[in-house]
Amino acid sequence: MATRHPADRGELGRRGEALACSWLTAAGLRIVARNWRCRTGEIDVVAEGQGVLVFCEVKTRRGDGYGTPAAAVDAAKQARLRSLAVAYLHATPHRPCRVRFDVVTVVWPRHGQPQVEHLKGVF
Amino acid sequence: MLARLATTALVGLTAHPVGVEVDIGRGLPAVTVVGLGGTAVLEARDRLRAAFGNTGYEWPDRRITVSLPPADLPKQGSGFDLPIAIGLLAAAGSVPATALEGLWAIGELGLAGDVRAVRGVLPAALAARRSSARLLVVPQANLAEAALVPDLRVAGATSLGQVGEWLDGRADLGRPGSPPDTPVPPVEDLTDVRGQALARRALEIAAAGGHNLLLIGPPGAGKTMLARRLPGLLPPLEQDEALEVTQVFSAAGLLGPDAGLIRIRPFRAPHHAISVPGLVGGGQVPRPGEVSLANHGVLFLDELPEFSRMASEALRQPLEEGEVTVSRAMASVRFPARFALIAAANPCPCGHLGDSRFACRCSRTDLHRYASRLSGPLLDRIDLYVQAERLTAEELAGAVEAEPTAPVRARVLAARALQRGRQGTENGRLASTGLAARCQVAPSARRTLMAAVDRLGLSARGFHRALRVARTVADLAGADRVEDHHIKEALGLRHLPIVGDREGQLV
Repeated sequence: MATRHPADRGELGRRGEALACSWLTAAGLRIVARNWRCRTGEIDVVAEGQGVLVFCEVKTRRGDGYGTPAAAVDAAKQARLRSLAVAYLHATPHRPCRVRFDVVTVVWPRHGQPQVEHLKGVF
Repeated sequence: MLARLATTALVGLTAHPVGVEVDIGRGLPAVTVVGLGGTAVLEARDRLRAAFGNTGYEWPDRRITVSLPPADLPKQGSGFDLPIAIGLLAAAGSVPATALEGLWAIGELGLAGDVRAVRGVLPAALAARRSSARLLVVPQANLAEAALVPDLRVAGATSLGQVGEWLDGRADLGRPGSPPDTPVPPVEDLTDVRGQALARRALEIAAAGGHNLLLIGPPGAGKTMLARRLPGLLPPLEQDEALEVTQVFSAAGLLGPDAGLIRIRPFRAPHHAISVPGLVGGGQVPRPGEVSLANHGVLFLDELPEFSRMASEALRQPLEEGEVTVSRAMASVRFPARFALIAAANPCPCGHLGDSRFACRCSRTDLHRYASRLSGPLLDRIDLYVQAERLTAEELAGAVEAEPTAPVRARVLAARALQRGRQGTENGRLASTGLAARCQVAPSARRTLMAAVDRLGLSARGFHRALRVARTVADLAGADRVEDHHIKEALGLRHLPIVGDREGQLV
């Protein structure tokens, strides 16, 4: 099935996140929350599987002209995601024995199929 | 995937073996370099990324970890670029990992992927041979230097692309040619020096016995000319001496491209504004200074009183021990510093004191200050003091043909052979204990020396120095015993000429 191309950037991000969620579900994870927000920011996807709570950043790009999507998750972004995870654990009744930080990258060219990569436990 | 090879880290004159381990793992794109790398080592990441791109290799956009064991040895410099790049190529699977077996490499990468010369390749090659390396890859410009080490296979690289193709078995690296015959520049000849009979004689004695020399005289008398001719009077460098000299120059980054073994004795003439680290060596991981660059050669200090007190004090250890220790936070290093010292000074700040044709314009205070700068530990290490006179018109015209270097050198070599046969070292390096017995002094000569101690106030140190110089004078004459006139000549050369408000002192 040909996927229609997302028009604007916000749309591209949302579609990328949706694609990532289906990818994670296919990988055996259960989606716990999407776009969970607090004062400091937003977590794209929170998922759970086999006693591990996964905080997931989804990065979608049209191509890698400005570097791969994964390269955009720099030290500052990693630090922000960590503090967001702490905030999430305080705000919800989840008491997992382990947490993990994943990055799902989606490269979605203007004319073509999206490519998804799931990087597990990256920081 | 993991790739392993080896390189070296330079500490002082010694290169230490360092492993290079490159791992490409899953994760966010990042390059981590562990193992106490300095700024230049960490900057390798950016040079490598550009060099890969411009060579046409795909940069592995994954988690790259580079480890440089041993982890507690500080590493400096850009020579780690090439080995890390080779490790990356193998870890990324671009080249077969088997090609890295027993491979050592050193070299800097330019952004275009060109391999640039680095310092310290000769010490690196020596370390590679000690560790039985299969092959050492160096920058092409350093190949001649690396090829100086026997029983070691070396190859020269010009670009990252060439190295990649070679690892892939599709191209070859530069191989060393026949050892380059370093052209020996013509040594400046003594025949160019007009007049200065006394100073020429002192230079000959200094060369024969390894004595340090201070020349005092007005500007333009030829002090610098004389000093430049000392290396030509000394015997040629032995093989191990030549290797040590070349090592120091390599560690200092002063070997030119395609430089082979240094075969001529170095002559170093640092400016008097030189700092202490510049003179004895310095830097976080210390580099050799002028005293070490003058190792096995001549260190010429023109305008000696103008050198800072700190700088003169710093010369004490090298003059006494023939080596210098430089201690810094990251490393403490010993450099060889066995040189012949020639110092020169004007008689006063304006240069005309004691000159019949020009009036000295210095005040008493100037003179006093000038003389006091000459005192101190440095003067204690100098065996010979001599006055260089202003030239007469007749001497300047060159009517009198001066003796060329060759016969003087022949006398010097003969005197040195006598010393080696008798005591194995130069007279200038004889210990004070038992000196009188070693020098075989004739009774009449002994009486002359004792009279000098009594009447002229010669100090104990001055006594020993006069004795050593007298021994050299006797050796130049081919005499077994030190005779009366040898002692008298030696005493004459221990007489400080006019300097500032000091004159005529035996020191």
